[in-house]
Formats: sequence, structure tokens, C-alpha cells
Amino acid sequence: MSAKIESFPGTPLSQADLDAGKVLTTYWKPKLEYGWDAGVAISRYLEELKNGRIIGIKCSRCRRVVVPPRVVCEWCWEPMNDWVYLQDTGTVNTYSICYIRWDASRAKEPQFPAVIWIDGASNAGFLHLLDEVDPDDVKIGMKVQAVWKPAEERAGSITDIEYFKPL
Amino acid sequence: MGMRKVAVVGAGMTKFMRRAQETGRELAYQATKMALDSCEMTLDDIDSVALGTAPDAFDGVHMKGEYLSDGAGAWNKPYMRCYVGGGTGVFAAIQGWYQVASGLFDTCLVVCEEKMSSCKPHPQGAFLTIFDHTTERALKPNLIWIFALEMNRYMTVHGLEKKDIARVAVKNKRNALDHPCAQVAADITVEDVLNSEVLAWPVQRLDVSPTSDGAASMVLAAEHVAKRITDKPVWIKGVGWSLDTAYWTNRDLYYPKYVESAARMAYDMAGIKEPRKEIHVVEPYDPFDYKELHHLEGLLLCEKGEAPRLTADGVTARDGDMPVCPSGGLLGVGNPIAASGIMKLNEIFWQLRGEAGKRQVPGQPRTGLAQSWGDLMQVGCVVVLGI
Amino acid sequence: MRRTAAIVGVGYSGFRSISPDLSYKEMMYEAAAKAYEDAGVDPQRDIESFVSVAEDFNEGTSIFDEYVPDQIGGALKPVHTIPGDGIHGLIAAYMQLLTGAMDIVMVEAHSKASNALTLSDVMAYAMEPIYNRPLGANPHFIAGMEMNRYLHSTGTTEEQCAQVVVKNRGNGFLNPSAAHGARVDLEMVLSSETVFYPLKKLEISSHADGAVVMVLASGEVAEELTSLPIWIRGVGWCNETPSLETRDWEGATYARKSAEMAYGMAGIRHPWQEIDFAEIDDTYAYKELQHMEALNLCRKGEAGHLVQEGATELDGAFPVNPSGGTLGVGHLLDASGLGRALEVVLQLRGEAGERQLGEVETGLAFGWRGVPTTSGAAVVLSV
Repeated sequence: MSAKIESFPGTPLSQADLDAGKVLTTYWKPKLEYGWDAGVAISRYLEELKNGRIIGIKCSRCRRVVVPPRVVCEWCWEPMNDWVYLQDTGTVNTYSICYIRWDASRAKEPQFPAVIWIDGASNAGFLHLLDEVDPDDVKIGMKVQAVWKPAEERAGSITDIEYFKPL
Repeated sequence: MGMRKVAVVGAGMTKFMRRAQETGRELAYQATKMALDSCEMTLDDIDSVALGTAPDAFDGVHMKGEYLSDGAGAWNKPYMRCYVGGGTGVFAAIQGWYQVASGLFDTCLVVCEEKMSSCKPHPQGAFLTIFDHTTERALKPNLIWIFALEMNRYMTVHGLEKKDIARVAVKNKRNALDHPCAQVAADITVEDVLNSEVLAWPVQRLDVSPTSDGAASMVLAAEHVAKRITDKPVWIKGVGWSLDTAYWTNRDLYYPKYVESAARMAYDMAGIKEPRKEIHVVEPYDPFDYKELHHLEGLLLCEKGEAPRLTADGVTARDGDMPVCPSGGLLGVGNPIAASGIMKLNEIFWQLRGEAGKRQVPGQPRTGLAQSWGDLMQVGCVVVLGI
Repeated sequence: MRRTAAIVGVGYSGFRSISPDLSYKEMMYEAAAKAYEDAGVDPQRDIESFVSVAEDFNEGTSIFDEYVPDQIGGALKPVHTIPGDGIHGLIAAYMQLLTGAMDIVMVEAHSKASNALTLSDVMAYAMEPIYNRPLGANPHFIAGMEMNRYLHSTGTTEEQCAQVVVKNRGNGFLNPSAAHGARVDLEMVLSSETVFYPLKKLEISSHADGAVVMVLASGEVAEELTSLPIWIRGVGWCNETPSLETRDWEGATYARKSAEMAYGMAGIRHPWQEIDFAEIDDTYAYKELQHMEALNLCRKGEAGHLVQEGATELDGAFPVNPSGGTLGVGHLLDASGLGRALEVVLQLRGEAGERQLGEVETGLAFGWRGVPTTSGAAVVLSV
């Protein structure tokens, strides 16, 4: 059919069409607010971050230690309640150097998001940012350590770790 | 009892555009009307409607499926929306398949729509809330991070360079020059890709598909009905889908296991034992150039890390041994998320019927595959079509 | 011949006004673990497909299906979401069994309504964005308008509508998992504030948190798994139109057509005689009556009399919402309909405790997606 069809429907608009007011637009900014219950596993995780520690949890069946913690092992369907303190060091599993903001505008300074596999966990970790690093020096496999906020500023959030720096 | 055979009998789509004048409902209507016209059917001939559309945050309507129902032709009909993030498009066809294969219906309209331009100031804003609300959002993550992270891991594990990957963008944007609906078709070089703005290294501007408005539809029918509608039905031979763990930072991102798992399910159903030999034309999901390569490997169409070489050797070119994204893909035609999945299935439908015009691949393909991907680099959806 | 399928396990968590002790994942896990135990299945080993029901803005997460697989045991398995009512999800799971490609599937739906702090704004965000939403009205007005038309066209009275609240919250009082069970009398309902004329405050259901999981299996497998499979005899669903301007304001067409399809499949010609009881959407009190008529459980204009006469009480000729319904149990957002179906299963299995009905073999569950939609889904279940 595609070969026989001469024109497909749809009317593209350009930015000029919008600027010239050729089409009408309605606007609505929704008021959306949420307060999510953190629950059993993540509450403990956040509480320990406030204490300046990273805590994981171990599956009694496959003996994997994971972070962030959860109440059930997704592979074994085994309840998890064996809490394990982890190091605040880890390995960069992968990273990026990001030059744009979420709306695609240029950022003033690049950011270094990374997946960090935490020492003491079984090939598991979390998303965070790197800093005190030169774009040319950052490598997959490099060892890094958490830089914590001062104790009095910690709030029980992943941002209680300010960033990870090369070890 | 054997499984009921289900055929694709009609296909339609709108142009893919950065901004459409049409509302989401109107886009859905246009694609649907075209799909029905293509097989000389009317809404009266349709038993049920399966809708696919990605985050409500794009169109800016809660319960977007309800809002779109009229445009999708669902008035007074059984109507259901399915959702697996970016994988929704191909999944919508799977939902249509199980509606007809269940025996409850003889015909089903599959409709996918996306109007990303409604989201201000930028459609990427809709993605800010895809991250875990308690453990990740506080870091203010940007959607592109996760793709850059996956791409870097893929490149590093296999020792790939950017140019190995850029060839995909060049091929697909060039293929799209022959697609009448294409939004960003272009004749570019590998150098152009390598010199384009770095967004989040290793992702550069020309590695990425655009945000788009658009819709695409297809008509499915049970065997006895399909044979009355057309003498060229295209059969849904196999379907598969798989959703990996949400703990994406606990996985090695270099390989898409979820795509392999979905592909194995689809190949089993289709009786395909050697996919590389038995599948003649492929439309893997390519919102980023590296994803086409990643997905070809997950689909077991080549060895891990081998896809870049196939691309360099021209195997995946439109006139190659295994044409990949002859439509121009998302990189060339555009990416109105869910609609782009149906665009891929429509392409396979047209290719197998020999109706793809200037995009037609040589050798009278008999079996083709479309695949989509989404969520936190987590979901694979696969449909194998054959004549 | 069509394949057969049955519900072989159910589990739930809740239902409570708030649930600060559990995350949504943990709530889903609790319901899933109970359902799998009930069915005697292991999710990673036995379940071939997982259907979860959710809407992004109810969760506060875009692409919510990302966060579904782990706590229901579905990681790296076929999992997808249905943004619909819980009964839509149940039907999606059922259709997968009917294809013959699967033998055991599950469906999950949940509500963390207490975590959505601006729920009425979320509801307003569902309005048509170009010419309805700018009016800025609270969407409950749609229910007020529809109730007005329903009363006008059927002669149903405000007292009869209020009686639904008395009955359902009273039934909820006997249901330990109901969040809003209460002894209220007709006068309390009628004298509660008129909020969207003629709709009164106590006639609008309040939300609750909770999760519901069901395990479904194809015929032979179901009989191997349990001695008491609850058979799915018919399903039906329908969207009328989202348009406020052109919809049927009187007859809940979506419910009528859903029922026609479900009864057709089940071979039911006289629903009042062939079905023993029903759990049907009562998001607003009048909706129970309007839905009864649309579902052909009585004639047009008759439902109000039936509730007034006590025919739909626990000991009546045709009990409706023995669980307490949405008014008594609580509105579970996308899980509401699955909550209705859950009660049908419990009643048919004889596990409904103090509110157990005697001698029931066939029940109907019907869910509606609430304003501003005209989207409903029905399922007929039998022992």
C-alpha cells in the first residue's frame, strides 16, 4: 500500500507558525504533589545514609548482597532481611559526561553521572555523580569513594552523599 | 487445540512531525482511517480496539487512553490500553494479537499515538519523573544520562569507537529519504555525526532520534476473516515480551538480556531455530544509533559485539544480506514513541507484501521482525511477521 | 470450542485509609506473596505472564511499569501494564490464557491514593484539555449532572440513592478489610452537605490504599492446582465516549454493552435469575442503581425500589456489594474493580466471614473508571 499512497495525513507546524499565532494553544500547569511512603527497606537505607553509612541486604538463597535494599529477592522470590553494611567505596561500572540540562539547553559545567558498584555488594550499586575528576581521567573500572555531607546537614536522602571522588 | 492464526491486513500512519497541528485524537483518527481504508474496511467491521500510547505526561492528560478513545475508533467498543514505556508500540500489536488469538474477536484495530510537543517547555520534561522517586530523583537525573551510561558500557566492553556506531545514524537517516512520513531524513556522513554537539558523552546530537508527534495503526484479523479481506495477509508468526528488573544499577548494561528473552519467546512460537538465516528483514528499535546494534545482538541475529562490523560491511544496508531499518527507523522517520513501534511493523508488513516502493528490499523477503524497547533500559517486545 | 480458565489464587493487602508502613512495592509484594501461596505457585518458576494495572499520574511516576516486575516475581519475564480498571487487567490476563500460549498468568492492581496529595487535581488533569479543562471545574460535577439526569429520567429518589450508602457502609462494617465501614442512617446521608447537586458528600466514596493480586490458570491446570477453581464464564468491556457533549447521560451505555458481551459469553439470558449476587461500581451512590439497571439486573427505574425494599441487602433476594462496595471498602483507584472481583471470589469460595452469603454459585463484578470516563468492565464468575 505504501508504494501506492501518494500523501500521508498530518500537518507539520514550524516554530514560525507558532510565533505568528497561526494556531491556537491552551495552557495548563497541573498541580501534582506526592508524598511517597518509603516503606520498610528504603526507610532503613535512608536512615543509614543519614548516619553516613551505606547498607545493603543479602538473599539467604542466592547469597547476593544488593543495594538499594528491598524486601524480596527478585530472582529467588525469597524474603530478604539479612542487612549488611557496605563500604562507601566502589568501582565505576559506567559513566557519562553530560553537557546539557534536562530541557536540552547547555549546562554551565558538565556533570559526571555514573553507576557505581559498591564494595561489599555483589555486582550491585546505584546511580550517583562523580566530582573532583578531570574529563580526560575518568575511566570505567576506576575506584571511587563517597564524599559525605557534614553529619548535621544529612537528611536521610541519597544526596547525603554529595558525590564520589577518585580514590 | 492449536493456536488461532492472526494476520495483519491493513496499515496506516501519519507523517511524523516535530509539531503537528492535529490534536492527539485527530492524529489517531487519521492513522486509523488510513489503515481501515487500506483494506476497505469500516469501523463497523471492527470488533475491538487496542491502544498504545506512552507517558501521559507528553499529551498532558491523565488517563490519556480514555481521552484518545474516540479518535482511535473505540466508540461503544471493547477498548483497552496497554503500556510498557518505549516498548508500547510493538506491544500494542501483541495486545491486538492476544485479543484475536483468544477467540473473543475476529478483528482488532491497533492504534498508537503520541503528541510529545504538548509537553512544555520540552518533551524531555516528561522523563524527569521516570526515576525512582525516593532513591534517584533527588539527584535530578536527566533522561539522556541513562542512555549515555548504557552506550558507554556497551562501547567499553566491546572496545568500540564512536565511528563504529555512527554508521547506523548515517544509514538510517539516508534510508528515511525514501519514506514519505520522515521527519529527519538526511544524507549525512560519519564525520557529521562525530562532529555534532556532544550532549552527554558518548551521546552526540546526531546519535539521537528526535521528539515527534504522530500516529500509526494496523488492522488485525483472524484467519477465516483475513482471507476474505485480502489475498495477501501477513501473519503474526510469533510474539514475545520481557521486562527486566527495575534495579538497573544492579545489571551489566552491555547486553540487553530482556531483548534476548523476548526474542526467544517469539522465535519459539514462530518455530524459528536459526534467526540469522530465517529472518530476512529487521526493524529493531533505534531511538539511538547504538541501540540498533545492541538490539541486533539481543535478537540473536549476530554475536555479542559483532553488530558494528555487520554495519560497516554493509550487511545491514537496505540492499545488504540482512536489511536493518529499511524504513529509516526512528533516527530517520522520527520517534513519536508508541507510534514508532507500529511504524516499524507497518514497514515489515509493506516489505513482505512487496509494497514498500523505493524502500523495498531485494529478494522477496518472507519473514521479518520488529522490536521495541523502553523503560529503564529494561523491556523488549518482539513480533515476527511472515507470509 | 473456547478454552476455559479459572481464578486459582487471590491475595490482598489492605484496605486502609493510609499505609505509611509500606511502600507501594511492599504492598504489591504482600498481596502477591499471599496470592501465590494461595495458588501454590512460584512466580519465577510457574507464572508465564504478569499483568499489572496502573496509571502514571496516580502513582506520581512516568512510565510506572518500570517499577512493577521485581515485587511480583516477574523480573525478566513477560510483564506489561494495563492503564485501565483492575477488571480490564483481569480480562487481559484471561485473554492470554485463551490463546493457548500460556497456562498460568497473574494480574495485580493497587492503590496508594494516600500518597497522591492533590488527587482532585490529578482527576481534573483527566479532563479534555482544550475546551473542558479550562473551565476549571471540579470533575465531580460530572457525577452531579449525571445523577440529576438519572433521577429525572427514572423517577429514582434522593432517598433511594442515600439508602445505598447506608447499606454499603453497613456491609463494610462486617468486612475486616474495609476501610470505611460504618453504621450510618438515612438522615445522616441526606443531611450531609450537597456538594454537586444533587450529589451529597456522603454519597461520594473515599479513597483507600491496598493491593489485589489474582492468579489465573487454564482449565486443566486450574483443576490440578486447586479443588475450588473459580471459573471465568464471561467477560465484557466497553468505552462509550469521553466527550461530555455527546455521551449518553442516562443509561451508562458502557455498562450495558459490557454486560451484554459478558452474558453472551456466559450463556446468561436472565441475569437476575441466573446470577446470585453482584459487586458493582458504586463510586457515587447513584451509580450502584444506575449500573444495576444498565447491567440488566432489573428494569429501568426499578433499582431504587429494590434497595429501598432491602432486596439488595446481604439477606435480600439479590445482594449487591456485600463487601461494602467502593463506599464501604474504599475507592482503590485503578484497583477498584479488581476489589469488586476479589469479593466475588471470596463469596464463591465461602471465605467471606461474617458477610458470607448462603448458597451462591455465580456472581458478577463490574468496574467503572470514574469521571470523566465512560469506561467499564465486567466479569461473570462461577464455582
